[in-house]
Amino acid sequence: MASNEHLSTDPQPVIQCDSVFKIFGDRAKEKLAEVQGGIVDAKAFQEAGCIVGVNNASFNVTRGEKLIIMGLSGSGKSTLLRCISRLTDATAGRILIEGQDLLAMNDKQLIELRRETMGMVFQSFALLPHKTVLENIAFPLQVKGVSTQDSVKKAMDMVELVGLQGRENYFPRELSGGQQQRVGIARSLAVEPDIWFLDEPFSALDPLIRKEMQDEFLRLQSVLNKTILFVTHDFDEALRLADRIAIMKDGIIEQLDTPANIVLNPATEYVQKFTEDVPREKVLRIESVMDPVDSSETFSNLKVSKDAIIETVAEAVLSEQHPVPVSNENNEVVGVLHQSKVIHVLFGRGTDKPHQ
Amino acid sequence: MQFGLLAIIFLFSYHFVPHSETSYFWRLPPLLKEFPGWINTLLDNLMFQWLAVDVWDPVWKEYEQRPVFRIITRAIGSAILFVIIFVRELFLGGAQTIGAFFSDSFLSANKWLYWPALPWTAIVAGAAILGYQLQGARLALLSGIGVGYLCIFGQWEPSLETLSFVLVCAPICFVFGLGFGIWGYMNRSVEAALQPLLNTMQTMPHFSYLIPVMVLFGVGDHAGAVATIIFATPPMIRLTILGLKKVSPDIVDAGAMSGCTKSQLLFKVLIPTARTDILIGVNQVIMQCLAMTTVAAFIGAKGLGFNLKVALNSLEIGKASEIGLCVVLIAVILDKYSLAWANKQKDYFSDLSFFEKYKPYIGFILLTLVAFLLSYLGALYFQDGINYLYYVPFDKGFTISPFIDAGVDWFWEAFFPYLNAFNVWLITSVLVPMRDAYLGMPVFSTFILVMGAGYIVGGVRSAVIIGGLILFIALSEYWDRALITAYMATFAVLISAVLGIVVGSISAQNRFASKTILSVCDFFQTFPSFIYLIPVILLFGITDTSVMIAAIVYAVIPATRYTVEGLNSVPTSLHEAGTMSGVSRLQRWMNIELPLAVPHIMLGINQTVVFALVMVIFGALIGTIDLGQLIMASLSKKGGAGIGLTLGIFVAFMCLAVDNLIQTWAKERKKALGID
Ligand SMILES: Nc1ncnc2c1ncn2[C@@H]1O[C@H](COP(=O)(O)OP(=O)(O)OP(=O)(O)O)[C@@H](O)[C@H]1O
Ligand SMILES: [Mg+2]
Repeated sequence: MASNEHLSTDPQPVIQCDSVFKIFGDRAKEKLAEVQGGIVDAKAFQEAGCIVGVNNASFNVTRGEKLIIMGLSGSGKSTLLRCISRLTDATAGRILIEGQDLLAMNDKQLIELRRETMGMVFQSFALLPHKTVLENIAFPLQVKGVSTQDSVKKAMDMVELVGLQGRENYFPRELSGGQQQRVGIARSLAVEPDIWFLDEPFSALDPLIRKEMQDEFLRLQSVLNKTILFVTHDFDEALRLADRIAIMKDGIIEQLDTPANIVLNPATEYVQKFTEDVPREKVLRIESVMDPVDSSETFSNLKVSKDAIIETVAEAVLSEQHPVPVSNENNEVVGVLHQSKVIHVLFGRGTDKPHQ
Repeated sequence: MQFGLLAIIFLFSYHFVPHSETSYFWRLPPLLKEFPGWINTLLDNLMFQWLAVDVWDPVWKEYEQRPVFRIITRAIGSAILFVIIFVRELFLGGAQTIGAFFSDSFLSANKWLYWPALPWTAIVAGAAILGYQLQGARLALLSGIGVGYLCIFGQWEPSLETLSFVLVCAPICFVFGLGFGIWGYMNRSVEAALQPLLNTMQTMPHFSYLIPVMVLFGVGDHAGAVATIIFATPPMIRLTILGLKKVSPDIVDAGAMSGCTKSQLLFKVLIPTARTDILIGVNQVIMQCLAMTTVAAFIGAKGLGFNLKVALNSLEIGKASEIGLCVVLIAVILDKYSLAWANKQKDYFSDLSFFEKYKPYIGFILLTLVAFLLSYLGALYFQDGINYLYYVPFDKGFTISPFIDAGVDWFWEAFFPYLNAFNVWLITSVLVPMRDAYLGMPVFSTFILVMGAGYIVGGVRSAVIIGGLILFIALSEYWDRALITAYMATFAVLISAVLGIVVGSISAQNRFASKTILSVCDFFQTFPSFIYLIPVILLFGITDTSVMIAAIVYAVIPATRYTVEGLNSVPTSLHEAGTMSGVSRLQRWMNIELPLAVPHIMLGINQTVVFALVMVIFGALIGTIDLGQLIMASLSKKGGAGIGLTLGIFVAFMCLAVDNLIQTWAKERKKALGID
């Protein structure tokens, strides 16, 4: 629950949304003006020929945080992302990027913002078909007016970063899906943005490649430490990557919390159903199942961090003879993990509800 | 079912409407007889009356009254002419364009202003180097040989006249086409307004523009250029809109997120992404420009087209073939150049030395020097007369036309009885009865047929549109001629459609065959339309048969192409499903593939109709008696502008009526089949 405390040292949120609405349709603005505040009734709007894309979204994202937006198809994830990148204008509400009012920006400021602080990765890769890998990656630099030589140099660094050395002169059509998405990632990072948007970046890839790309993403993030908005409809992916998860349904953010909290304390019935089948070892941290230290016990030599996800250490813990000591970030022993607890989490599901 | 009922009603009315000249059921009164006159009056007013202003005339040294419109058109005309001549002189040597700026006396006082033409050897070398630079050895070889042919056969000068014409027209078409295309893409109402205009412009026969253009712009290369631009721009606009619309919205978003400004988004993201379609547009522009050269020759454009027209008129098949080959070569080479240029890749890494960087230029200069040296030697060798190593004049070049002519003569002698028998049979037992049937059709029945078809396919809306288009023709004096045109086109379309679908279906069975047949279609489509007339005249002389066959050959291309494409786009899962359930190949083709491909094939038939009509009208060039012949006749008549335009509009309306029917049908059918 306190897992992302270390992220919020910066007082100013990087992204701040206040009651953001996006409603499609000719008369959306008037229609919205009729209702005062709060969540609007999508049914009533639909009868008036308006489609509700985002319904009263308010949240903050702090520097270096990975916020994952989840939901079924049509739940408004992409629309929310497009509002925050202003690819589409929000119908109502306020969006602040680093304290600046996004909706009040003119074209020039917006272009400036995108050139300096934003990068985006698309599900369909959206590479320019007539440009090579290198040219695609250098493209955001070139439109900025960086000289050819410098932009090519920078783009080569990016090619290396995503591991596409030797393929820089290929055309997108000559690459596999995973490779194309690496290009998309490299392009979005070429201008060294602070905020990184990814809209279902790995959904078009097959499961093996997807896993590989997720690892790649985590590796990049550990080096780059960007503020990230990541859209997916794959809960496993969300659990692997998230600091916090926002679950959307029909344009409404049903719950926005840490993975463990979402699984353990679903805010609504919808979230509850959504997370029902989620294996708890994938969300629970050691901390939530450890026992107080009892000095009479013999400990094994293995030591695990209290922030580790159970799944990641389960195998090692279970192959030990003795209970495993749990350490905090200062390497002090703060608890002890009994194998029986791990087994309970792994196999005891269904017999009892998670303890609240 | 519905169509059966329609056919019965049609036949019934056909039989029972009396053939009397006074009955309105038989023929409508020519209420729109005056229509050409109105156009003439309009043009007349524009050119000679409207908004006259005083203009200083430097020759007569006095003020003169001239209408504004005329000043504008004449200014445009001279600007275009200036550029055309300039391009010509650049290659052929001379300095008249400079003389135009200064004066003739200035020119004769400064002889150095004249520059000599490049020796033809240097031109061939230049073409090859350009080809190599753009793509590689293959294009170098093709362009070297192609341009070599032009030079050696003494066609360089007319070729260059044509080329300069294309080099001026094509960029103008490109800019206009792209500009309007972008505008249409950005603005829905502009697109809606452009669509019918483009349809009309594209389906009007080439000839019908000529007189109005001549009235507005005078006679000469510039008038030819204007007519060409009008004809060649629409496909560019259309393909630009099509291409831009196909760009995926994600790519547009990606461009925006990369920080593109509006213009960067347009020029660096949208247009390059749409480049496949835009390039097809460029290709079409080049083809249309070349196709217009013969037509433009009627209003004074010089070049291959003019020579071809003369050769065709005097039935010199050998010469016509040689010239036709020139046009084809220019078309193919320009096409390959433009494609290669657009696909050229940049190299960011190689660190080139000065020599490597400027290798092509240095090579060209060196080769030019060698070429001059050669021509100097030539001057010593060919003491008096023509220096063939420098320049091969028109009509003095190498030629194989005597052989071709001899071959043709032999062919005629050997096969005349058979060809003639076929010819006579076709004309007397097919064409003439068919024509009589068309002419014997009461106007009432015609309307039942076309409006009925429109109603069945697209409801009241289609029926009204088609009826309106046809009514316009029916109210003129030219209804009978229009019927003749329609009969020729129908015949050509029927045969082409059957041929195209059969050939296309057979080739579509096999991937390799499909690819081959599609490239064959590509190749033949680079031929300007009138080229097809040459070989058929050779075989059948100047008869309706020739025109028919040319029209069939030309119109079979789209039918074949769309059949192959349509069949190939049937999902393979359906093939397999069919095979699994044990149907034979023929059954599969009949019951699965063809029905699914039919909407696409019909779009091909739509093109076939347009192509066939174009050719039928072109047939007037060698003498037929339909609308085309009247359009040709109007070229030399007083007040021909109005008649030419009106007749052109008639042909366009016939195309549009068919177009409306087929497009609506294909759309409905696709919706019903759930493919889009
Ligand atoms: N341009 C538009 N015009 C009208 N309605 C739209 C538009 N774009 C999206 N919508 C609607 O807004 C809703 C949310 O769409 P959105 O694309 O944000 O969903 P999503 O969660 O990203 O789904 P997916 O997982 O399929 O990408 C949908 O009902 C959609 O139909
Ligand atoms: Mg989406």
